[in-house]
Amino acid sequence: MQNNDIVLRTEHLSIQFGGLRAVDDVNLEIRRGELYGLIGPNGAGKTTVFNLLTGVYKPTAGRILLCGEDITGKAPAEINRKGIARTFQNIRLFHNLTVIENVMVGLSNQIPCSIAESIFRLPRHMRSEREYYERALALLEVFQLAEYKDYLAANLPYGKQRKLEIARAMATNPTLLLLDEPAAGMNPSETQELMDDITFVREKFGMTILLIEHDMRLVSGICENLTVLNFGTELAKGATAEVLSNPAVVTAYLGE
Amino acid sequence: MNFLSVLISGLGAGATYAIIAIGYTMVYGIAKMLNFAHGDIIMVGGYAMFVTLALVGHPVAAVAAAILAAVLVCVLMGVSVERFAYKPLRGASPLAVLITAIGVSYLLQSLAQIIFGSASKMLSGLQIAGHVMLGTLRINYVTLVTLAVTVVLMVALTLFIKYSKTGRAMVAVSEDRDAALLMGINTNAIIAITFAIGSALAAIAAYLMLAKGASLANTLGAMPGIKAFTAAVIGGIGSLPGAVLGGILLGVVESLSYSIPALAPFTDAVEFGILIVILLVKPAGLLGKARREKV
Ligand SMILES: Nc1ncnc2c1ncn2[C@@H]1O[C@H](COP(=O)(O)OP(=O)(O)OP(=O)(O)O)[C@@H](O)[C@H]1O
Ligand SMILES: [Mg+2]
Repeated sequence: MQNNDIVLRTEHLSIQFGGLRAVDDVNLEIRRGELYGLIGPNGAGKTTVFNLLTGVYKPTAGRILLCGEDITGKAPAEINRKGIARTFQNIRLFHNLTVIENVMVGLSNQIPCSIAESIFRLPRHMRSEREYYERALALLEVFQLAEYKDYLAANLPYGKQRKLEIARAMATNPTLLLLDEPAAGMNPSETQELMDDITFVREKFGMTILLIEHDMRLVSGICENLTVLNFGTELAKGATAEVLSNPAVVTAYLGE
Repeated sequence: MNFLSVLISGLGAGATYAIIAIGYTMVYGIAKMLNFAHGDIIMVGGYAMFVTLALVGHPVAAVAAAILAAVLVCVLMGVSVERFAYKPLRGASPLAVLITAIGVSYLLQSLAQIIFGSASKMLSGLQIAGHVMLGTLRINYVTLVTLAVTVVLMVALTLFIKYSKTGRAMVAVSEDRDAALLMGINTNAIIAITFAIGSALAAIAAYLMLAKGASLANTLGAMPGIKAFTAAVIGGIGSLPGAVLGGILLGVVESLSYSIPALAPFTDAVEFGILIVILLVKPAGLLGKARREKV
């Protein structure tokens, strides 16, 4: 069954760490332009799903298809070039680079300029550097981070660091954006701002987004479909309202 | 002995250490390994110059050709060592990598001895003689050349790291290799480029040492390698300005110690003593950052 509208499909995706089935038979199907939620209690295997999708871990069983192409077992850098970008649950910016340089690193594969050209064709190098800078600045403007462009990433306020991670991921020009608890540690007003940003990115870039989130209100506010993980397995999936009223889901969360 | 001239010749020696120390510190920062064979790349450069001088007739062209050949051969050697000895060990224990590096060091030294014999050679064609007098202050031309070359290289390297996509990727990889991978950075290429830069600098260091009158033998890079490694640790391994600071500091201390008759025989001990004292006070080195553990 081939369908161009399915950006991501996983088939029986599984990984085992020793005796622990951290992810067990997970079948996702995410349509183009969709904002899909992945929720579940602590240790349910959500981040592990991201690590599988981005090639950090190799699945012990199952397949991953990006726009119909099998990317199972490919290396992280290659998967990124094929169109999956992510943020991290614990922020992993390049702290010794400035805000704009972080985004420029994300742009690395978007503007061709070889190291030989950098050394031996200076004018060409300067032109591509300008282009890096301008495209990075444009992205920072989208995320209202332009005024911080010359800050070291480490010196950015926490909420802005989370936004910068999204901007850096977007710089790699993904087809699918994976956000791992982007609202973690944010206060309510920052969370609201973030939700607006996610909605904006989705609309402006037509981005397909897979969102891990703990905050039920945030999820129910913006995701149309959900998968709930519990102990690595799918507890429920489907339309947000139905899933969230599912008694098994309620129990899993209350029992947390 | 004039104190100022001792200081200036110390700066010259320190500049050479700095150039070598950068090779250690960049590889450590980006590939997270101690490349103990780095000093022997200097020796490889020395022999590349020896062969080139024998082949090219015209004296000035010979020097230029020798430097160019040394840079090419060193880059090729450094990148090959990384590709065939270290890359297969990515993810192996640091101890395995360290032992391999020591093995590579012995391998290069032995090969040089087999090919070129054990007698040391003087490359008079490379030597820079003469000096200028500023009043009573005597400055050798070779010191001036060394300082000028070092400044130019440091500026170029700093600009490259700050204002090129490869340079930014190097900083990114040194900070978080996995996150860089997930941003699509080809970290293997970045590591190879780092070895190439370090090896090119080793070739220049070889030229500066021979220009100063060092004799060429298969151990040419051994002691300078250890000293430069010491310099990199003093400055804070992984830190580029640290490597320069550590190199200059070590060169000046060395020169001062040589100039005091009572200390002169113990100069090496003085230098390594300084390393110990600095590490006791600042375990991460002068400009090094204490490591944050990642969770
Ligand atoms: N590399 C690993 N080796 C062994 N076990 C692992 C590894 N990575 C994850 N796990 C285990 O897999 C399980 C799922 O972890 P994961 O981080 O995916 O949970 P999560 O749903 O993201 O939880 P949280 O909401 O706390 O972020 C946990 O029990 C974890 O300890
Ligand atoms: Mg998690």
